[in-house]
Amino acid sequence: MKTEPAIAATEVPAPVLPPEKRTPRQLRWARRRRTAARFWQQFRQSKMGMIGLAILLFYVGVAIFSVFANKGALDPTITTNGPRLAGPSLHYPLGTQIDGISVLSLTIEGARISLFVGLAAAIISMLLGTIIGMWAGYKSSVHDAILMRITDVFLVLPWLALAIVLAAMFGQNFWIIIIIIGLTSWAGTARLVRAQVLSVKERTYIERSRALGASDAHVVIKHITPNLMPIIFANTILTIAIAILSESQLSFLGLGDPKSQSWGTLIEQAFNHGALTLHAWWWLMAPSLSIVLVVLGFTMVGFAMDEIVNPRIRER
Amino acid sequence: MGTAKYLLGKLGQLFITLLLVLSLAFLLFRVWQPGDPVATWAKASGAHFSATQLAQVRHEWGLDVPLPEQYVQYMGQMLTFNFGTSTILNPDASVSSLFWSRMAKSAILIVTSTFAAIAIGVLLGIYGGWKRQGKVDQASMGSSMVLYAMPEFVLGMILILLFAGTLHLFPVSLYESPIPKTGLAHWTDVINHMALPWVTLTLAYVGEFYLVMRSSLLDVLGEEYIALARAKGVREKYVLRKHAVPNALLPTITLVALSFGFILSGVITIEYVFSYPGVGKLSVEALTQRDFAVLQATFVISVIAVLLANFIADLTYAYLDPRVRRA
Repeated sequence: MKTEPAIAATEVPAPVLPPEKRTPRQLRWARRRRTAARFWQQFRQSKMGMIGLAILLFYVGVAIFSVFANKGALDPTITTNGPRLAGPSLHYPLGTQIDGISVLSLTIEGARISLFVGLAAAIISMLLGTIIGMWAGYKSSVHDAILMRITDVFLVLPWLALAIVLAAMFGQNFWIIIIIIGLTSWAGTARLVRAQVLSVKERTYIERSRALGASDAHVVIKHITPNLMPIIFANTILTIAIAILSESQLSFLGLGDPKSQSWGTLIEQAFNHGALTLHAWWWLMAPSLSIVLVVLGFTMVGFAMDEIVNPRIRER
Repeated sequence: MGTAKYLLGKLGQLFITLLLVLSLAFLLFRVWQPGDPVATWAKASGAHFSATQLAQVRHEWGLDVPLPEQYVQYMGQMLTFNFGTSTILNPDASVSSLFWSRMAKSAILIVTSTFAAIAIGVLLGIYGGWKRQGKVDQASMGSSMVLYAMPEFVLGMILILLFAGTLHLFPVSLYESPIPKTGLAHWTDVINHMALPWVTLTLAYVGEFYLVMRSSLLDVLGEEYIALARAKGVREKYVLRKHAVPNALLPTITLVALSFGFILSGVITIEYVFSYPGVGKLSVEALTQRDFAVLQATFVISVIAVLLANFIADLTYAYLDPRVRRA
């Protein structure tokens, strides 16, 4: 272990030790690397977390693959020459759908859309929730009261009913779906962040920083945010799972963007073309299984991370 | 004294939230709504209207006054469940009559399956929390997580493929056979049709009750009074029945009240999958046809249901846990 250099050593004669060559920036990064390594050590212990991570890596790989390798697979002029509604075969491992398009390539395409929507919506939700939660927790009681009232409204709104209304009014566009999901899912995060800020801001190092003349912005950005990062990160992972589920529900109800087909859109098409009465289970299986696995993966990773970073759970 | 103040506070919160939500609804359905509802309605009803007749309808619907005035009227209409006329789905019927005729069918489904989910979830949760990491606990934890990750419509379709498509045990969809039966045959027919949506709904919600009951029991079992009871030599069975479970039930009771409110919007996809003619299906019909009058009703009523359920949850909590009232 390296000893940290003393900052205010004035009377001590020049140290015999070799001078510390690392800049503050390097020190910071060294510290972050240590924290990350420690986190990984703990995370590796969790069987649930590792299984979830493996599932996610697989699907992220599939999504990346679809960007590079699947160009034009959805182009009907190229791909509709397959047999229609054929069961799984060597040539079409997951069968074909009603237009003769391979379900496998549709599922691979869907991976990119579903994962992207989930991630983007979760990021919107995280930003909204974090900003509102921090503002409410850090600011005075009036701000807090107003923001928490608004948060309560969004917390109790039946999200699907609201999302249906919004989607019906603002159209079926990829980005609108993302915004709708983001807008309807931030309230829980805001609550969590606010509670954390309330406890962190009472700690003595915050008080000391203020006594040294730190501004609100400095305290929030340099002291409170880093403290909250792990818990926000774990929460965001769980939100991605919810966002992917939400997207699949909206798409299933026919609110998805017809131009970018997610797993939910695939299931909707299969359902509305009578895949159930035609017994074309292969048309439904791959996208359904993918949704379940990915949501499960994010949930497992999120739970495992929560167990490490959330002090309330860790105590048990 | 504390109780009255607590109640008033909660009532005030309920009122403010309701006001905010209804304002949002006003903004969406009156200010933003694409298209002209009167014109849409006139077109859907098929009859020919003169300009004066249309103006008359517009006046009756309160759409010819300035927005602030409309806002006040709107609040009154929403709070008295006066949702006007359906603009597309059925131009002759009032939205309320459409809604309530469907509500009965949804209510049977929701109430019975939620109670089943509560009973199964709570009992399993108690057992799972008590024998933590036991076989029952591990199996229930695993299936709860899978059920959580599975969209309700996927679960519904699996059941359809299995029990309706392959085994031919139950009908695929609808509330009753196309040719309605009478007497006892009618009810067995209805139950047959309801079986699959019922199982789907129950399974979709059982995991949540299991997880809440289990984790709250685990919390309670870590309390000192449980250790004391055990130290006194109280038998494990009585520790569980008299000391742990009653206290651990509190969060579950809140969840019960809450879920009744939320299920109204939760049945949407399930009713859609099974073509079950309840309010959830009605929302989807209104959505695909863009009948904003009906959509507005289903939205406002499901919000009010959630708010009321929330309020009832707060009340029961205060009644059962005196600490809440004094805080």
